[in-house]
Amino acid sequence: MMRWAKNLAMVLLLCGAAGCATVGTDPRDPMEDFNRAVYGFNEAFDELVGKPVATGYRDIIPGPARMMVRNFFSNIADLWIGANNLLQGKPLDALTDWTRFAMNSTMGLFGLLDFASELGLEKHDEDFGQTFGRWGMADGAYHVWPFLGPSTTRDSLGMVLDIYVDPVVRHKPRGVRTAMVVTRAISKRADLLDASRILEEAALDKYVFQRDAYLQRRRSLIHDGEAPRAAREVPRAENEAGEVQPQPQARPVEAARLTGPGRQCGARERGAAARGARRAGGGDARGGCARGLKRGLGCFPSSYGSRPRPRRRQLRLARCCSPWRPAPQRNPRRRARRPRRPASR
Amino acid sequence: MTPPDVLVKTVTLEVVDIIQKDKEIQKGDRKKVIALIETKVLPHFNFLAMTSSAVGRNWDKASAEQKLRVQEEFKTLLVRTYSSAIAAYSTQKFDFRPLRAKPTDTDVTVNVRVMQTGNQPVTIDYDMEKRPTGWKVWDVRVGGISLVANYRTEFDNIVRERGVDGLIKALQAKNSSNETPAAAVVPKK
Repeated sequence: MMRWAKNLAMVLLLCGAAGCATVGTDPRDPMEDFNRAVYGFNEAFDELVGKPVATGYRDIIPGPARMMVRNFFSNIADLWIGANNLLQGKPLDALTDWTRFAMNSTMGLFGLLDFASELGLEKHDEDFGQTFGRWGMADGAYHVWPFLGPSTTRDSLGMVLDIYVDPVVRHKPRGVRTAMVVTRAISKRADLLDASRILEEAALDKYVFQRDAYLQRRRSLIHDGEAPRAAREVPRAENEAGEVQPQPQARPVEAARLTGPGRQCGARERGAAARGARRAGGGDARGGCARGLKRGLGCFPSSYGSRPRPRRRQLRLARCCSPWRPAPQRNPRRRARRPRRPASR
Repeated sequence: MTPPDVLVKTVTLEVVDIIQKDKEIQKGDRKKVIALIETKVLPHFNFLAMTSSAVGRNWDKASAEQKLRVQEEFKTLLVRTYSSAIAAYSTQKFDFRPLRAKPTDTDVTVNVRVMQTGNQPVTIDYDMEKRPTGWKVWDVRVGGISLVANYRTEFDNIVRERGVDGLIKALQAKNSSNETPAAAVVPKK
């Protein structure tokens, strides 16, 4: 497995250096042809092996037992989830994760039971890809890896680290390790059976649908589900729909105030910015201990939750109105500091 | 006018309750779930906004008739997807988050979380807008994935290659292929 991870790193480096790219139409996916080929392979493998095995697992193993398997691996993962939370500057979340690990490993019988969740210690989802994202690293190109599926350049780097430090992968003897890795993969695939069926029904072009869903999902995870809504692409068309159904209020005025001078953007941008402004307004109501309460941690008198989460610097891949347009800045002082990093595209 | 968070809560709980009690739905009667979604959930969606937003910049290019047909086909597709999703989640516990907005806001996001053991909760965010007829949903984000935004690239590609009529055909083909009997709606637990 380790050698294999090394190979992955090599491929990554080669891709970066030589630009093993075919020309695609989407700027986020410069290697679309290659990715589609790998995607086709993954689909075929899933159809032949993944899905049948996962379905069999779900049909044969009773629900409670499957839950214990899920909990067991989830508990092991909490260790590094905690470390990643610490690296992302969220010590209280990290503390939650490690408390979860301590409780579930003992009272929860080696993690088979998820006691901590019952007590309100919420499970988090973090990995090194997210940590790098939090530190300001951009997605980079979209990749599809054999067996591992969708990723980006940043998330692939994270994944190499994730695999390298993974206690399950490091476990010895080898036989037990392989059994654990396979069991975990089956358990994960079984959990995704419903989701993959819905994807099957919903998508016109599954590759594109999955890619966009992956990129959106990662973005949301990096922001812990609180990704600024304004940075979503709200098309001009929505304003035009407003002509058919009159909008109750004029947005551009508010938007102009928010974006300020120097941002020469289209109507689409303004619409998005106006949403952001409203969102920011709503933010006042949820400051204070709301965040702490939300996480079931009670209201902390310390700085926890009482100040807005620090804005992450986003790599300036983005330009105005591009799909990666960075969120409108709420804090003008931060904005002044930003040209530190030149646009890389 | 019912506040948006109350609306989401009552409608979700009502639908989930019906799904859990209905024997035919439990056996996998998809038509019934879809009919349920159409009567209970659909009136609270603004499909014009959703469709125009998903089609994006090509929306101008479509004629009035094409717009209507895209909207109808997209609605069929979304209702089906949504009914699968709600049925898959119906056995889980829902956590309705308090609304984080001022009373004067006309554009809010209602957060719902589906609690799962051993996994991080799945968030469902309803982006809603106040309209004369009540609060209407114009986008649904599941786990941070916006339905509308996710269709945008797909639609864009199809319109670029095959025009708006091509998009209508693709949606029709997708909808009719979904008509073929699928696996049971409610997952085996």
